[in-house]
Amino acid sequence: MGIVLQLLFSGLAIGSIYALVALGFVLIYRATNVVNFAQGDFAMLGAFAMVVTVVDLGLPYGLGIVIALLGMLVFGALFNLGVYYPLRNRSFLPVIISTIGASILLENGVLAAYGPHPKNLKGMFSIKGFDIGPVFLDSQYLLILAVTAVMVWLEYLFFERTLLGKKMQATSQDKEMASLLGIPIALMIMLTFVNSAMLGGLAGILVAPVIFVSVGMGSNIALKAFAASIIGGFGDVRGAIGGGFTLGIVETFGAAYISVPYKDAFGFLVLFVFLLFRPQGIFGERIAEKA
Amino acid sequence: MSNGMAAAAPVAQSATFRAAMAGVAYAGLAAVTVAVAVYTPFSAYVLNLLMQASTYSIAVLGLTIVLGYTGQISLAKAAFFGLGAYAVALGTTVLGLGFWLSLAVGVLGSSVVGTILGLTTLRLGGHYLAMVTISFQTIVSLVLTNWIAVTKGPDGVTSIPRPDMFAGSGPYLGLCVVTLFAVAWYVWFLRRTRLGRAMQATRDNELAAGVTGVDTYRVKVAAFTLSACLGSLGGALFAGGFSYISPDQFSFSESVVFLTMALLGGSRSPAGSVFGTTLLILLPEWLRFLKSVYLAVYGAAVILIMVFMPDGIWGYVILLRRKLFTPRQLAVGAIPPLPLVHERVLNGDGQPILKVEKLSKHFGGLKAVDEVDLEVKQNSVHALIGPNGSGKTTALNVLSGIYRPTAGKVAFEGIDITRLKPHRRAGCGMGRTFQNIRLFANMSVLDNVIVGAERPGNRVSGGAAGLRMRALSALDFVGLAPRAEEAVGSLSYGHQRLVEVARALAGNPKLLLLDEPGAGLNHVEKADLVQLLKRLRGHGLTVLIIDHDMNLVEQVADRITVLNFGRHIADGAPADVLRNPDVVSAYLGTPR
Repeated sequence: MGIVLQLLFSGLAIGSIYALVALGFVLIYRATNVVNFAQGDFAMLGAFAMVVTVVDLGLPYGLGIVIALLGMLVFGALFNLGVYYPLRNRSFLPVIISTIGASILLENGVLAAYGPHPKNLKGMFSIKGFDIGPVFLDSQYLLILAVTAVMVWLEYLFFERTLLGKKMQATSQDKEMASLLGIPIALMIMLTFVNSAMLGGLAGILVAPVIFVSVGMGSNIALKAFAASIIGGFGDVRGAIGGGFTLGIVETFGAAYISVPYKDAFGFLVLFVFLLFRPQGIFGERIAEKA
Repeated sequence: MSNGMAAAAPVAQSATFRAAMAGVAYAGLAAVTVAVAVYTPFSAYVLNLLMQASTYSIAVLGLTIVLGYTGQISLAKAAFFGLGAYAVALGTTVLGLGFWLSLAVGVLGSSVVGTILGLTTLRLGGHYLAMVTISFQTIVSLVLTNWIAVTKGPDGVTSIPRPDMFAGSGPYLGLCVVTLFAVAWYVWFLRRTRLGRAMQATRDNELAAGVTGVDTYRVKVAAFTLSACLGSLGGALFAGGFSYISPDQFSFSESVVFLTMALLGGSRSPAGSVFGTTLLILLPEWLRFLKSVYLAVYGAAVILIMVFMPDGIWGYVILLRRKLFTPRQLAVGAIPPLPLVHERVLNGDGQPILKVEKLSKHFGGLKAVDEVDLEVKQNSVHALIGPNGSGKTTALNVLSGIYRPTAGKVAFEGIDITRLKPHRRAGCGMGRTFQNIRLFANMSVLDNVIVGAERPGNRVSGGAAGLRMRALSALDFVGLAPRAEEAVGSLSYGHQRLVEVARALAGNPKLLLLDEPGAGLNHVEKADLVQLLKRLRGHGLTVLIIDHDMNLVEQVADRITVLNFGRHIADGAPADVLRNPDVVSAYLGTPR
């Protein structure tokens, strides 16, 4: 029982990271109909920003986080301008390729600057964690869970309770109509990219102390997050979060009870099963193309 | 037109002659290249580059089929390349099967895997496919690395033998080059076949392809299978060429490299794919001075190419050529008249060809179509009219199989077709056009119409030439034969609509469904359309037309059914129906 609870705790924590990145995926997908293959690199950049500020420059941890998030804000806007905006009127394929190009550019740019060796970033807290009964609660994992819960709540408030959030929702649902109502849709889409970049960056900042910070960390997280968003129901915000947690738990239990080397495969097997039997995911609805 | 026959013959002859000359030139080029490959004493370094370029090109040509022709994204190219390579590596070194048998097993096995992967996932489109192929790629990579007992794990497989005849580096490179030339020719040829056209139609407009009679799912699975086959063939030759392979050569990032090669060169053209592959293999050698930032530069280049050359370098070359040289005007010659009437129809005695009973389509709580009855008699023009939002287009979409009805029954020539897919209905003899034009945007006018002529169940004699003639007849019927070779996108809106009609007519339909053919046309175009519809009626073609333009409908229809709020409110001859008080109030409101 203790082991099960322990695994559940770690699974939820790792699932939170997938959920945050998946949320970024889905927000961009809803606004632009495009899957951003560089989403995981947002997390990688967030983590490297922490390495630069906290390890290299020796700034306080909190200040490092603020700078990293501001950096992601600017980066999100630039990404929108450079990678999406010039192709906004094309079909999804060129845009997907463009984001793949961006991913290659980012990973190898960072590789050229920092080299292939993984960097180590310590956690925010000096206490490693504490025991409650048979379960050891790692402090960084607790932080990940808490921050994810708060972020999901904040995003909910933003989209449901603020005018800007509603304008962004309107842009996702019907660009033409939103534009006719005087909503500057190009700006709304840019804000969506900014929001996604910051969510991805935050995921990277949170996960950095748990794994090593490396150039390749982003693509691994992105694949999982994408799988999570399909499992949850593609294009659905609840689906991204639910799918993230599902995937985190499946992976953790699979690694513990079946095989460690194939840990990364379990998520994809679950994905295959979903694609075969319930392609619309847990929360999604089947949509047909309109003639 | 009868004296045109004599003029047509030399045109056809010179086209055949040109094709033959091109074939000879291609074979000559292949022979020279192979001779150079076999007899030039290349350094080991150059030899490796050439070996890599030729085997990679074979795999990338698989992407030309799946991505360029069919428009489906595959990010598992390296996995299939790896399956082929490991089949040869393990087959020769562990199982002692010999090179050729191992190669055959690898290519066949990968094709089967590709088919299964396609069958299970190709019902899902775009992004899902990207994801599934990535998942497959990831799982293959994990297995190659971790299943050490079988794959020898991360260390890879060493001393892979070559067949005795090709043991030397020169002859082996020759083998790779010959294979490349053969594969490139096949891929080039494929585009001109029925399957190739079906692939392009699926890429350009899946919905319209289905309604035109293309089984889009099967076409996509075929493309996926062919692509897996070529991927593993390239990989199998690669293993023999380098005699050492390891799992990291077949990782996800390699799949991305393959994709980039195809897109950079121009994924729609075999020549472009080979060009892109060679360029991306040579580029790192040329950019050695940039070494550490090379891949970053390369990522930026991918974005720039997508922004400025969406069809790749080769596509850009074609575009330039089109700008510099005006295309040859098509010498049409004699065009036989379009056979429109079926024997059965001629003997028809006004029996209903289409019978709709209590058809309903609900979207959640909205009853877009609600218990509608409809009978279309043979040799008649039947109009389905109603104000905006009355459910006309929904009804048509249910009839052509795009939507599944909520309830009710549709019978065509007495056969229940309620559950049939769009392409099966096309096979029964149902043709249709769309209100918002759905042509195959990247194909020529003629190819658009040939896809229509290739409708299953439509018998056209005379092979490729016969099909071409049938398509030209259909174009001639709508007055567009001289523009057959033009890109369909260069036509005016009104002409594009006529191409849609020609596409449906080329399939010699028993029933033609026209979805608001008058929408967006100006007065002159509308008058021409009325003439065209009258000619169709004169030929005895059975037509179900949907419109809300009373003037147009009144001129062409034998019978009218009126819908309002998804319900059937009137039915009968035009004069009676248009005077019916319910119809008047539906259109004009109730008088106070």
